[in-house]
Parts: sequence; C-alpha cells; structure tokens
Amino acid sequence: MDSNRWKRFDDWDARALRLDKFAAEDPENGFSAFAGKADPAPGLGLADGVVTAMDGVAAADFDMIDAFIAAHHIDPAIAEEAMAIPSTDLARMLVDINVPRTDLTRLARGLTPAKLAEVVAGLNAMEIAFAYSKMRARRTPGNQAHVTNAKDDPLQLAADAAVAVALGFDEIETTMRVARNSWSNALACCVGAAVGKPGTLFQCSSEEAEELEIGMAGFTSYAETVSVYGTESAFVDGDDTPWSKAWLAAAYASRGIKMRCTSGAASELLMGFHEAKSLLYLEARCLCLQRGMGAQGTQNGGIDGAPLASSMPGGVREIMAENLIAVWLDLECASGNDARHSESDMRVGAKILPYLIGGSDLICSGFGSILKYDNSFNPSSFNGEELEEYLVLQRDFEADGGLTSIEDAAALDIRRRAIDALAHVMKDLGLAETTEEMKRSVAVASGSRDTQSFSPGEVAVISDRIKGRGLTILDVIRSLDRGGFRAEAENLLFLVKLRVSGDYLQTSAVVRDGRVVSAVNDPNDYTGPGTGYRLTEARRKELAAIRDVLTREEVLRAEAAAEEGEARAVRYNDMGPARAGTDPGEVVVGLSPGFGTRIFRTLAGHRLSAVVRAIGAGVARGGGRMRVVRLRHTADTSFLGLSAARLSGSGIGIGLQAKGTAVIHQKDRLPHNNLELFSNAPITTLDHYEGMGFNAATYAAGGFPEPVVVPTNGEALGARFHARVALTYAIETAMTENGASPEEVRIEFVDQKT
Amino acid sequence: MTRPKDYPLAETSPESVTGPRGKTLDALTMDAVAQGALGVEDIRITPETLARQAGVARAAGRGALAENFERAAEMTRLPEAEIMRIYELLRPGRAGSGAALAEVAERLESEFAAPRLAAFIRQAAVQYDRRNLYRQRF
Repeated sequence: MDSNRWKRFDDWDARALRLDKFAAEDPENGFSAFAGKADPAPGLGLADGVVTAMDGVAAADFDMIDAFIAAHHIDPAIAEEAMAIPSTDLARMLVDINVPRTDLTRLARGLTPAKLAEVVAGLNAMEIAFAYSKMRARRTPGNQAHVTNAKDDPLQLAADAAVAVALGFDEIETTMRVARNSWSNALACCVGAAVGKPGTLFQCSSEEAEELEIGMAGFTSYAETVSVYGTESAFVDGDDTPWSKAWLAAAYASRGIKMRCTSGAASELLMGFHEAKSLLYLEARCLCLQRGMGAQGTQNGGIDGAPLASSMPGGVREIMAENLIAVWLDLECASGNDARHSESDMRVGAKILPYLIGGSDLICSGFGSILKYDNSFNPSSFNGEELEEYLVLQRDFEADGGLTSIEDAAALDIRRRAIDALAHVMKDLGLAETTEEMKRSVAVASGSRDTQSFSPGEVAVISDRIKGRGLTILDVIRSLDRGGFRAEAENLLFLVKLRVSGDYLQTSAVVRDGRVVSAVNDPNDYTGPGTGYRLTEARRKELAAIRDVLTREEVLRAEAAAEEGEARAVRYNDMGPARAGTDPGEVVVGLSPGFGTRIFRTLAGHRLSAVVRAIGAGVARGGGRMRVVRLRHTADTSFLGLSAARLSGSGIGIGLQAKGTAVIHQKDRLPHNNLELFSNAPITTLDHYEGMGFNAATYAAGGFPEPVVVPTNGEALGARFHARVALTYAIETAMTENGASPEEVRIEFVDQKT
Repeated sequence: MTRPKDYPLAETSPESVTGPRGKTLDALTMDAVAQGALGVEDIRITPETLARQAGVARAAGRGALAENFERAAEMTRLPEAEIMRIYELLRPGRAGSGAALAEVAERLESEFAAPRLAAFIRQAAVQYDRRNLYRQRF
C-alpha cells in the first residue's frame, strides 16, 4: 500500500506511551518544572531576629504562606549564616559524603524556599538521587500500601489488609468509593491488618473532620491527608489556611495519632492558581510550611499532580528534587510513586529506580496492593498486577524496597483468618451477617469483580451502625477476644498502646518486629560506602526468595520425568567406535553427551527421539542417508557439527545438542563458520529440524538449498530460557571426556506414534 | 544532635508512661480490656508524655516538631467537639471577623490553660485580617 509516512510512526503511535499527553514548557502559564516566569531570587532580610523580607517580598506584602514560613520555619539564629553560603556550595555539600546529614538539616532551618529550590535545581538527576539517599531521615527504608476495593467490601478489605501486612508494608491506607462507608472501611482494614503481626500503621483517608473522628475512636493510627498548597489562592480554595492545618496537626498529636502533611508538584496548577511560578519553587514553599507547622513528615513528590508534572520537560527530575527538599528539611518523606504518572510501564519502572536503590521512609505513598480497578485512589505506579515485578526489582538490585514475597498457601490462610475475624466481629457487634459463600468467594478472589459479597449499599448500613453506636477500638478488641481471635486482639491492643507513649509521633516512625523505629533511634547515618542502611545476609536472602526459582535439581527432576516416555520411544544402541564414512550421500548426525542419556527434551519441549526422526526424514527426502554418532569429547554445537562432518563420507554433518541447538557443518570449514545454525532452540519446530535434514542432504549432493530460517517474534528468549540453558548445558559439559572417541549409534524407534 | 536516652519511652521506661487516669502502659493488658476495666480515657496520650516527646524532638534538632507537641499537650485538655469547632472557625471565611478568634483565644487561656494555642490563634487573627481571610466564601 502507498504511504507517505514512515510506518514506524504508526508502530510508535500504537504504544501505550502515546496515550500520555506531553505539554510544552510555558513558564508564564505555570508549565515549568524549575524556572517559573515569576520565580523570585533567593533573599532574606532580618532585623532584631524578625524577618523583614523574604525571597524578594517585603514583610508588609507577605501573603499568608510567606507570613507563616517567616514566623515558624525561618530560624533567625541560623538564617544569616545559611543564606550566605553560595547555592553551588550547598549543592556540593548535599552530595559530599564528608558533610554529615545533620549539618545540612541544621542549615536548612535558615534557608528560604527560593534558596532551597535554587540549590537542588543545581543537581542533576543522579546527584539528586544520591543526595536523597544520604539525606532521608530514617536509616531503614519502608513502604506503604493502598487497600481499597470497588465495592467497599469489608471482607475483601480485611483479607487484602492482611496480605499487605504479610508482604511487609509498614503502613496501610484505605479510602472509599462511597464517602459514608468510611467507618466500615476503617473497621475492616484495622481488623485485617491485625492478622499476622502487630504494628502495621493504618489510615482511612476521608473528609478532614471525619478522619479525625475515626482516629479518635481508635480505628486508625496515622493520617496523611492534611494537604497544603504553595499559593494563597489555591490554599483558600482548598478551604484551609496554614493556621487551620497546623491546628489539625496539633489535634492529631493531642490524640496520639501519627500525622504527616501532603503536598506535591502541580497541585496549584491543577487548581488554577500557579502565579506563574515553577513547580519546584511552589513545592519549596509547601515544604517550609510543613516543617514550620511542626508536622513530622510529608507525603510528597508529585502525588496527584505527578501525571501533570511529568508532562513537562524535567518534570520527573523536579519530583525527585522536591522530595530532596523534604528530607533536607528533616521531614519524613512518603515519596509519592503512587498516582501512576504514565501509561508506559517503562516510564514507571524508570521512575521508581532511584527510590528503590536509594531507599525512602516510605518508597510509595500508596503502592496499590490491590488490582488497578479496585484502587479507589486511582491506579498506582505499582499495583496488585505488578507486585511481583517490584519483588524482582528488589532482588535484581539487592535493594530493600520494604517488601517480602509470600507463598500461595500462606496467602490463602492469612486471607481466611482475616475474613473469619472480621465476620465474627461484625456478627458479634450486631453489624452484619456473613455467609460461608461470601467468605469463600472473597478468600480466593484476586479482585472485587470475582466476589459475591456485600454491596456498597449494605456497607453503608454497617458503616452507619459503627458510627451511630459510637463503637471504639476497645469494643473491637473485646469482640475479637470473645471470638477466640486472641492474637489479633493483642495486635490491636499493641497499636492502641502506641498512642499512649507517643513514641511513633517522632519523625519517620514505623513499627518493626514490635518496636518503634524512627529517625530518633534509627537515624540515617550515611557517610559513604559501608555506612547507612545495608542489607543483612538474612534480609538479602529474603529478597532473593521469590516464587518459582529454578535449580539444578529441578531441571534433573523434570528430565527424569521425561525419561520414561523416551525409554518407550527410542533406543540408542551403542555399536562401538565410529568409523570414517565413505558413502558420498551420507549425513552424519553428532549427538551431544547428554542427548537421550540425561536430557530428554529440547528447550522447545520436543522429545529428542522426535527430533532425530525429523532430521532423518529430511535427510531421506533430500536423497541422503543419516548416520548417527555419539560424541563425548565436546558438548559445543560447532565442534559437534564439525566432528560429525569429518566422519561423514559426504563431508556434511549435523551437530545436535540435547537442548535442541543444531548446526550443519562441512568438514573443511572453521569451527564457528558453519553452513546453517538453529541457535533459538526454544522456538525451533520439528518441521525446522526436518528442513535442516533436507538441506544437509542437499549440500551433500552438491546443491545450494535455501537456508532454513527460524522466525522469531522478538521474544526475550534469553530471559525465558537461559537459566535452564545454563543448567542443562552444564550437565552436558560435565559429561565430556577429553580425547573420548566417537561412537557409532544405531537408533531404534520403538513407539511409532511420536 | 543528641540521641535522647529515654527514647522510645515505651521501651526504656514503660512504668513512667501513663494514661490520663494514671494507668501505666504495663497495665494496658488484654485481661484489663476483656474485663472492661479500660475505657477510651485510658488509651489517650497525656500532656506530660507529649512534653517528654517534645523534649526528645528538640534534642534531635527538631524545634518546630517540639512546638507542635507542646501545642498538642495543651490541646489534650480540649474536648473533641471544641477542637473541631475551632478548626472550623480557622477555615477561610468562617470567623467573619477578628472578634470571633479573639474570643476563642481568650477562652483557650481562661478555660483550658492553653496559652500557646491562644497565642497561635491571635497570630492567625492578625494574618487573616491582613489577607482578608474573613471574607465570606459561601
């Protein structure tokens, strides 16, 4: 067909990447990652310990954000010294292993938003990633899961929360499809998260006032939806001020509930109030504000604005840069990587890497532990679908992403336990009756489309009852105990006690092995190689232990299973030393040492007897005669082929490895300069082997056949087969004997039905 | 930065951490819950514990976090409804004028012995006035 377009563009158009919409840089209209049209130059005026001007604005003209930052973030005792340091010097200090983290967090207390932004903007992406790893507050990295579903089904929430705990998430966050279901979601997740071990923190993201109420009833242990914005107009549209948000921050602490704020690039742009300022500068304002409010941490790094930020040039670098400001300000950082910023798996994989290898307090502030369609926050970067990819990335890089693999059987046990516990509590407290059928369907379901369980309307009734009766966590603990769920009751009580001691209110606190671990007792002490967080050998082994790992024993077991069938199909009769042939029409096939003795199938799964038979049929069709020899001095395809060719009366031979790799060789050629080669054994069919036999016979007769080409669809055959190839081939090479002479083999096909 | 020796309080000195009715951490047991001997009042953080956590934060170089804990310590004395009422009043356009916030600050001092919260509200009132944040929005 005629076309005036290179069709590669059509191919590109069809890729998921092209669903992403990219935006041009436009600093006047808020589309700039680092250099907004109205970004101010850094500056600070101080008189008698009071801020008189900041980043080009006189105190009299401060908006409410400037005013709050000047009053609560800027430390006048440090500001003069810190602001005097050139930005490039500060940037170098951030990546200098000889400058301790605490020196830098001290200086940050005297830096203005524009100065912080200018410094981190001077780092390239690798430097930002390195500085982030050095500057993050807690040494041990962690992760957070989303646990939600499309029906707000409490049974599924409990089961999925329990699985999230087993996977190792430090925090679990839920939200609802229907707002009034919040109390039911809170009950379900907190019961589910109590299965297995104590201390997984839990939050229920809902309307500000209701979220606090649910927390005060004891169902949740932390909150992170206290959002702040970088322009006054956006803040007011969000229906808050820095003072109202700071009031909430103190309110959570006053009830012993861990809290972090939320801010992320481009929220102001989405809300229509960007003031022609860059994403980074506005984020610097947000983060100074959060430190000033006395929040211990922040959920930061694009967050809901990540897709918009990523539509701009440098958008992903900006997201990394704002996270760096957060940790430089000594805040716990739940570093985004939640709202999926792209339809391209490759962009998603690339974005997670610096956080995975550098670590973060909470690498994802919402890893979708459930399927995409069940994520009521919208799909995350990683979801239930991609969870195993994340586990493998941890294993690849030997990087602790906070998660641990779970096994089939254990997962189902955990789900059933959580479902039984919640069903008991709901019945015991008069909230709802659960049938066995509902339980069964939820236990095995991958997502809510496969469940026969509560409908959102039924859930609303449960939720109203919890709220209406004023149930608290103590009622739930007592109920679990009554129902024989003593361990779960104890685990919930553990969470409740956390709020009395308040230890987990400190920066970057999570619970590991029943102990609070925070930036206070587990500070990031990175000062170069050998310091900071390192995998223990035990943890390294945990990361390595993914599902379905191939071993030599497993390969031999599989071959032993195939041996029986082959024993019925073929006999390789040893006829003594092989002679040099004189028949000009013969093709000698040289079998590798393990062929039919230890290995019985090719990588494509063909029985080896069928392969030999196909080659023989091809040789016959080409007018030749096949003679088979066993070679034991080599297992290499090229040398097998060349050795066979040198024994052949026609000078043409075929080398055949047990794994199915085959070559046509001619006696006068160099070892690796063959006539035809089937290197892709996994996709080589019996017809191809037949064709190879035919071509070999044709060469023997002096002809020039069309080479047999095994078509590939671009499969990553190395990834699929090389582990097995290496194990199989090592079995063969171990069987070789130096100087072993070729042996004549008489093939006897027993079962003609192969 | 100094590493506070008594952190985490629950590990180093559980006997020194109590709920508002004097029950220590060790007394918060499953048996006590099952027998109904514990109420929600026993599982709240006290102003004393928040003050200790403020000390921990300050020693770790986190003064702003310490100040938040100190505001929170005062806030433990406020009933939930009062906390939410004042929060609502602090949202843009709710207070109508500085007078409402001034009245709140007054009561925080007189009724709840909360001078830090009072000062915080008075600071907000000044800025709300400057930035016209009293204007009605709905």
